[in-house]
Amino acid sequence: MRGILSWGGYLPYRRLDRRSIRAVAGAGGGRGVRAVASYDEDAVTMGVAAGRLALNGTPAEPRALWFATTEPPYLDRTNATTVHAALRLGRDVPAYDAVGSVRSAAGALGAALDAAVPVLVVAGDLRGGLPGGPDEAAGGDGAAALLVGSDADGPLLAELLGRSSVTEEFVDRWRVPGEAASRLWEERFGETRYTALGTEALKLALGEAGLEVSDVDTLIVAGLHGRAAKAVAARSGVPAERVADRLDDTVGNVGAAQPALLLAAALESDPAEGRVIVLLSLADGADVLVLRTTTALAAHKVERSVQAQIASGAPVSYGTYLAWRGLLPVEPPRRPEPARPSSSAASRNRDWKFGFVGSRGEDGMVRMPPSPLDGAAVPMAATAGTIVTFTVDRLAYSPSPPVVFAVVDFDGGGRLPIELTDVNEADEDAFEIGARVEPTFRRLFTSDGIHNYFWKARPLPKPEREG
Amino acid sequence: MGSHGIKDRVAIVGMGCTRFTEHWDKGVDELLLASTGEAFASAGVDKEQVDAYWLGTAQSGMSGLTLSKPLRLRDKPVTRVENYCATGSEALRQAAYAVASGAYDVAMAVGVEKVKDSGYQGLNAFPIPNDGTQRTLTAAAMFSMVAPAYARRYGVDSGEMRTVLARIASKNHANGARNPRAQFRKEMSVEKLCSMPAVAGGLSVFDCAGVADGSAAAIVVRAEDAHRYTDKPLFIKALSFVAGDGSGLMDPAYDYTTFPEVATSARDAYAQAGISSPAEELAMAEVHDCFTPTELVLVEDLGLAERGTAWKRILDGAFDLDGELPVNPDGGLKSFGHPVGASGLRMMFEAWLQLRGEAPEERRISTYGSRSLALTHNLGGYPGEMVSFVSILGTE
Repeated sequence: MRGILSWGGYLPYRRLDRRSIRAVAGAGGGRGVRAVASYDEDAVTMGVAAGRLALNGTPAEPRALWFATTEPPYLDRTNATTVHAALRLGRDVPAYDAVGSVRSAAGALGAALDAAVPVLVVAGDLRGGLPGGPDEAAGGDGAAALLVGSDADGPLLAELLGRSSVTEEFVDRWRVPGEAASRLWEERFGETRYTALGTEALKLALGEAGLEVSDVDTLIVAGLHGRAAKAVAARSGVPAERVADRLDDTVGNVGAAQPALLLAAALESDPAEGRVIVLLSLADGADVLVLRTTTALAAHKVERSVQAQIASGAPVSYGTYLAWRGLLPVEPPRRPEPARPSSSAASRNRDWKFGFVGSRGEDGMVRMPPSPLDGAAVPMAATAGTIVTFTVDRLAYSPSPPVVFAVVDFDGGGRLPIELTDVNEADEDAFEIGARVEPTFRRLFTSDGIHNYFWKARPLPKPEREG
Repeated sequence: MGSHGIKDRVAIVGMGCTRFTEHWDKGVDELLLASTGEAFASAGVDKEQVDAYWLGTAQSGMSGLTLSKPLRLRDKPVTRVENYCATGSEALRQAAYAVASGAYDVAMAVGVEKVKDSGYQGLNAFPIPNDGTQRTLTAAAMFSMVAPAYARRYGVDSGEMRTVLARIASKNHANGARNPRAQFRKEMSVEKLCSMPAVAGGLSVFDCAGVADGSAAAIVVRAEDAHRYTDKPLFIKALSFVAGDGSGLMDPAYDYTTFPEVATSARDAYAQAGISSPAEELAMAEVHDCFTPTELVLVEDLGLAERGTAWKRILDGAFDLDGELPVNPDGGLKSFGHPVGASGLRMMFEAWLQLRGEAPEERRISTYGSRSLALTHNLGGYPGEMVSFVSILGTE
């Protein structure tokens, strides 16, 4: 029996109030907020955050990694290797990308279910469009990870009862590589196609599972076509109160990450066993999984739920959002741009740079970066710390000045002067001496097309600050 | 084993120093010709009579050719040295040791930096290929962390601390205003300095050293030969240099209220010079005031004030030009700017002028005539990872 061993959903800290769009762009916007990746986040860094949450929740270890996104930071070279390095997976654990289309995520999940070993499926995405357009408002940024395996690998939290997939060639949404936004065919066309595909796939999957529509406790319909998703749910026969919230008003549509994120939210919403959850994804066809929660779910500790993250965001202005997305060119800092990181140096130091692994010497001191004179490796990524002192640097180069830097003492030893991120000036007790912070994997800058990934520190969410 | 120093074995017999300013019309070559020309004339020698040269520059040129080409030196040993912001002092140290060893009779130390050709404000380090995990904070931000740490440790409230830092800047600006070689020659009131907007931590632009081009040079000979070149040589009493191991950045016990490398190099220098009570014995000190909180901590690390008292002594004017122990009588990095390779030699140039009575009366130190020792202190790096140089020079 295969199923879900663990999951993690990650939402970036910032929220764009859709009402702020129209005043600037002259059109667009709407109600609610959408999640916005910080300037130092991309699909990979958010994927790492989700992957860490997923792996923290299980004793099982992935034997393969798949990474799905429509916004790969790199082409030609694999993005999943960065996730692999940050999660410190073994050398013999393969890492593959499934990138470009939203449906890549469903494909990666399908491959994981077909495999014979535990597979971590990570999906991260940034969705947007041109200013004032519907995709800009409807989109969201985030990531989710599912660890898929069998009951031999660890306690299954939800087991797979049936699945189906139908594929059909039609063009309702398209984007030429390099373009900032998708283009859309007349909405009714896609709605018609997807409604038929979703209905067909749902029937097939329930049939394979040997279940009736009335057995479905939660129906999740993912997909970029919002009207089609509603129509599929409405025609499914599943009562409206059993159709999962697509988080449109709180997160937005996170593209390739949406199916796993909505599944994570559904699993977190009710720990009862025996619940039948149907995950239906509409993307160039339809993919359906029928899952049933197990007794192990109740004992599963959720470290940081999707709902908790929804509740803990902070606003970002529309102007800042546009600047972060590169849609509003702003005056760069008058400092020399940083040089590209050396690939050979980064490769030698990958445990430190990507894995945040320091060292401990015979003198007991934890050193970051690690010293070649020390014998013991000390992984620091999961260790929280306390701000000893900090400074706001309005002179240093940053893609989004000012730089906030803190000297952080990590619990159990180790001090590092480290850049802070996701700092909300209004949240005063997150931004003072003695404040609690945690390491977070980020993209510091990009130079000569090389993304410089490394770790920063960010304030612990409010409920987790005791310590 | 031990640090023995070269007390009274080597003397400075000639010096030169350009104005430190934005030399838009002068390059490295012109600056070097100006400072060395003045030093040659000061010692009454020509370039052929100097047996060996040391050039300090952080990033305005590589190798001895940076000096040998503009001066048209032929067949001379010319060495370029770099040691962060203590580069100029390092050049002098190497030249002095070479003479002390007996290898050469006459040696020159030159420091130069052409900072203003970068196109950016401030000092910008030459990027060395790295893994991209290095700190990107400016020096201003790193040193800004000293001020709140000091205030907390010694119970100075933030308003008072602001005044203390402004007082340091105001003193150095007042000294610089009287010095024709300084970049900034305008007095600044404490009130005005306190009202400047912060750019890094609590520091304003006026808490930071200026940015200037400049060059300075010194000629050294064996002490017994010194009077062949000048009636008033400056004897080297001590040269101390310490490179930290960088552990302050990683050590939870480090609290940003002291620079241990500086305290160590000061102890070593005082031992070499036979100084037991620096605050009473020194006539003046030129210290590395790259930022105002740096000077605050330095006067304690150098033993010029008891721990936790420097802020009060500063408010009392103890280190003013007419105070008990003038600190940065020439105006310091604050008024001179910081052409990295030249600053250490510029500090010695002030000792050269003051101890020998050549500083004009309006900017003469209060201790002139009663004390004969000067300290120069030059550091490079940041709190937690720095290099520190201390020299003691004297006329007797």
